[in-house]
Order: sequence, then C-alpha cells, then structure tokens
Amino acid sequence: MKSIRELLKYFVIGTAFGLVLIKAEVASWFRIQEMFHFQSFHMFGIIGSAIAVGAASVLLLKKIHAKALTGEVIDPKPKEFQKIGNLAGGFVFGLGWALTGACPGPMYALLGAGYHPMALALAGALAGAWVYAVVRPKLPH
Amino acid sequence: MDIIELLSRPWPWWVSGPLLGLMVPILLLPGNKEFGISSTFRHVCAMMPTKIAYLEYDWKRQGGWQLSLALGVVAGGWLAASVFGGGRMPGLTVEARQLFQSWGLVLDQAGYQPDFLARWPAAFSLRGLVSLVVGGFLVGFGTRWANGCTSGHAIMGLSLLNLGSLVATLGFFAGGTLDSWFLVPLVLGL
Repeated sequence: MKSIRELLKYFVIGTAFGLVLIKAEVASWFRIQEMFHFQSFHMFGIIGSAIAVGAASVLLLKKIHAKALTGEVIDPKPKEFQKIGNLAGGFVFGLGWALTGACPGPMYALLGAGYHPMALALAGALAGAWVYAVVRPKLPH
Repeated sequence: MDIIELLSRPWPWWVSGPLLGLMVPILLLPGNKEFGISSTFRHVCAMMPTKIAYLEYDWKRQGGWQLSLALGVVAGGWLAASVFGGGRMPGLTVEARQLFQSWGLVLDQAGYQPDFLARWPAAFSLRGLVSLVVGGFLVGFGTRWANGCTSGHAIMGLSLLNLGSLVATLGFFAGGTLDSWFLVPLVLGL
C-alpha cells in the first residue's frame, strides 16, 4: 500500500507541473518559435526565474542540511559531464524541440489538454529513445 | 473575486517561472528525487522484453515515481484546459505575429497550437507528420544522448550549477535556433 501512496504523491506533483506548463504557455508551438527568434522576453523570463528559484532552493536545503521525508539527507547529485553527449545530444534535442514546438513535459501536458496528435510526437520520442539504446555502444559521449 | 476566473487569465512569466522552479524542492523534499521527465521515454522502452544493455534495469523500482509524475502531467494538462482556461492563443509580440503570417499561418482562428499540430485530419498532412513524428524522434534520441531535457538539464542541472547541463542547454538553444530559422519554414511549406 505504501508504494501506491508513493505513486499517488508523484501523480499529484505531476498534475501541478502539467497545469503550470499549459498556463505558462511554454507548451505552445507559437511561444517556442517566438523564443528561438528572440522576439519576446516571456520564455527567457520563465526559464531564468525557474533556475533562480531552483538554485536558491537547493542552496537553502543544503545549508540547513534538510532531510527528505524518507529520512535521507537531501543531496542532489549533478549528472556526469559528457563533452560530446551533452553538446551533440543537446543539439539534436533542440532540432526536435523547435520542430514539434514541445519538449518532453509539454508533450505529456498537451496530450492531456486535448491536443491528441501529440501522441504521434510521443511515439516518435519513444522510437528515438529505442534507437538511441540500440546505437549507444557505437556513439561518442 | 472568483479564484477560478482569476487563474483562468494568462499567467505572466514571473508567476509561472518561479512555480516551475519550485518543482526542484517539491521533488527533493518527499524522497530526494531530482526533477526530470524525459527518462520516462527510457522507462517505457525498458518495459519491453529486450537484451539491449541500456534498457535492462528494474524500470518499476527506478522509474515508477517518474512514470507516475508523467501521468500526472497529462492530468494537469487536462485540468488546465478544462477548468483554467488554458489553450487560448498566447499574447504574442507584434514581431512574432508578423513572422507567423509571413510563414502563411492564419492566426485569427489559431488557439494554443497551429492547426497541423492540434487536430487530426490536419495532423496527417505532410508538415504535420514531419513536425510531430520526426520532431518527436529527434527529441527522444537527443534527450537520451544528452542525458536530460529542459527539465533535467536546463532547470534541475543549472540549479546545481552543473557544467554538463550548461553545455546541454547551449546545445538545446543552438539546435533549436538553427531549426526555427531554417528548417521550420521549409517544413511549413510542405
């Protein structure tokens, strides 16, 4: 039963995330193209203030040695630096981001908001992850 | 003041940005989880019986919470559209409106998304399929190669001042900018 409650907790957090993604308009293709043409401050304001709040939260939680509800000390580990993977993978991701006008979070949120063709984008993303898994041993990272 | 009515108006960046940033502590506090969503693509692939090393792990144990988060995001999208008035055309700048009109898009009837991404018959057009399927493929492949997306790298990673996340975020914007200037107009012409 504990694990059902665990899952429910993350479902509720996800619901808040999805609500914000749609209301923030970061899931709109129009906003994404506007951002990549540097025509509006909207998206940059969102990303910038999100990082500021995220970074301040991490600093605070570490400073007071906060513990998670599970009892472990909160100590997020940065992802490993991969020169080629981060840059080349990031570049490929960017190509897809502009083409669909949605990154992964918004794909899920748009599907829920009634934009059913996003199911095709999600299917494409699963295929992309699968092909990556197959070619991974041959790719530089 | 009706709260639903107030929340149904467009949210300014200085409200939605900090709320997205709060996802970082909201996930750290219950169980020390790092904010991220694109790993769910890997978890779904890992459900299939396969001998591929990258997909051989206990997806329920490692990814259960994140899959539940993603289902929640779908529900949140529904909530935004059905209760909080999400899905109206964003208040774009004049420059952006001119750009979209120069691409041949009809903005008066547009909602949150252009037609070829929003509705079924239109999505089966060549430009709809390329944008959705090819775009989705590149997102899925790219995010696994870069080991993170806009959530995991741009928000979570940069909140940790992580160098790799900065490099990945620069990659996101390099690829996206190039694409939006050169490839997107071509695809719209299909």
